[in-house]
Amino acid sequence: MTELAIVAAASIITAGLTIAIGSIGPALGEGRAVAQALSAIAQQPDESNTITRTLFVGLAMVESTAIYCFVVTMILIFVNPFWNLFVERAGG
Amino acid sequence: MNRWFTTADENAASGGMTGLVGAFSLEPTMNISPDSLVLWEWGPVRLNATILFTWLVMALLTIASWLITRRLSTSVTLSRGQAILETLVTVVQGQIRDAAQQEPGRYLTFIGTLFLFIATSNLLSIVPGFQPPTGSLSTTTALALCVFVTVPLFGIRQQGLRGYLRQYLQPSPIMLPFNIIGEISRTLALAVRLFGNVMSGTIIAGVLLTIVPLFFPVIMQVLGLVTGMIQAYIFAILTMVYIASATRAHQTSQAQQVRAQMRASDESNQKEQDHP
Repeated sequence: MTELAIVAAASIITAGLTIAIGSIGPALGEGRAVAQALSAIAQQPDESNTITRTLFVGLAMVESTAIYCFVVTMILIFVNPFWNLFVERAGG
Repeated sequence: MNRWFTTADENAASGGMTGLVGAFSLEPTMNISPDSLVLWEWGPVRLNATILFTWLVMALLTIASWLITRRLSTSVTLSRGQAILETLVTVVQGQIRDAAQQEPGRYLTFIGTLFLFIATSNLLSIVPGFQPPTGSLSTTTALALCVFVTVPLFGIRQQGLRGYLRQYLQPSPIMLPFNIIGEISRTLALAVRLFGNVMSGTIIAGVLLTIVPLFFPVIMQVLGLVTGMIQAYIFAILTMVYIASATRAHQTSQAQQVRAQMRASDESNQKEQDHP
């Protein structure tokens, strides 16, 4: 394999791994948060406004972890700095 | 490198990844950032899609609210526009009051502007040809920097420079670096969260158009509208929470003093009971 092929393969595999592993944690956490919020609303329907608002803000905070992974994946695939470096070095 | 995507020619010249990127033929539909769309260039002056659509959104908001507020009525019959604006202002006031436990007057303009700008630009992404400016990291970084500057300003105004700076030494001076890092990282998180959410909507729409072009992208667009509204709400609420935490420390220390006094008086009462 040439250097370029190694960089390409490593970037693609790492991008897949990043989004795969990075989405597990937020998925588990969000599922737990929603389950807890649902049971909380079932227990206290009067407080559903407050619970829903807090739930949304919390979900967004949790989800941002997955979003960071997504951004890193996008950078690895589309604006990979190492890829451009090696293309320049190879004179392509 | 200021372009997110290499063109087809560059890909063909460089080989390697060409097959993968070329197989999906994503280049025409997918532009990760509207920064890369340069519409007009004259010397160093460069007009890209982000700037254009930011100004479009600002002009839309300004002109619409100017037209509506030009003739306000206090009678029983309201115009439609006035009803919409009044509802918006009331809702934002209520949310600020709930989140910060303070009177919204001072914060209404900043929080309301942030919410309206982000919500409008996210909602307008349903219009064909419109690139939401919030899908560019430059715009979201600018918004996050506004928050980064505004939070200390409100804090200093509320409790003075010393009082605000003392907050960084809470609970102990060892926490000083962590407090500073937290300040910076939450600014970064604000910017990247909004950018990532809006950008992922665009990317997913582009990918789905190549895989299932018929009906499914519409559903994802609707989901994107929901996400856009929620992200605007979250940006505004998080800003309010940060401002509240910067301005509220004074009140909590007052509350602690009150609690300590109550505890002291309780103990003295108990002592009196123990030793009559």
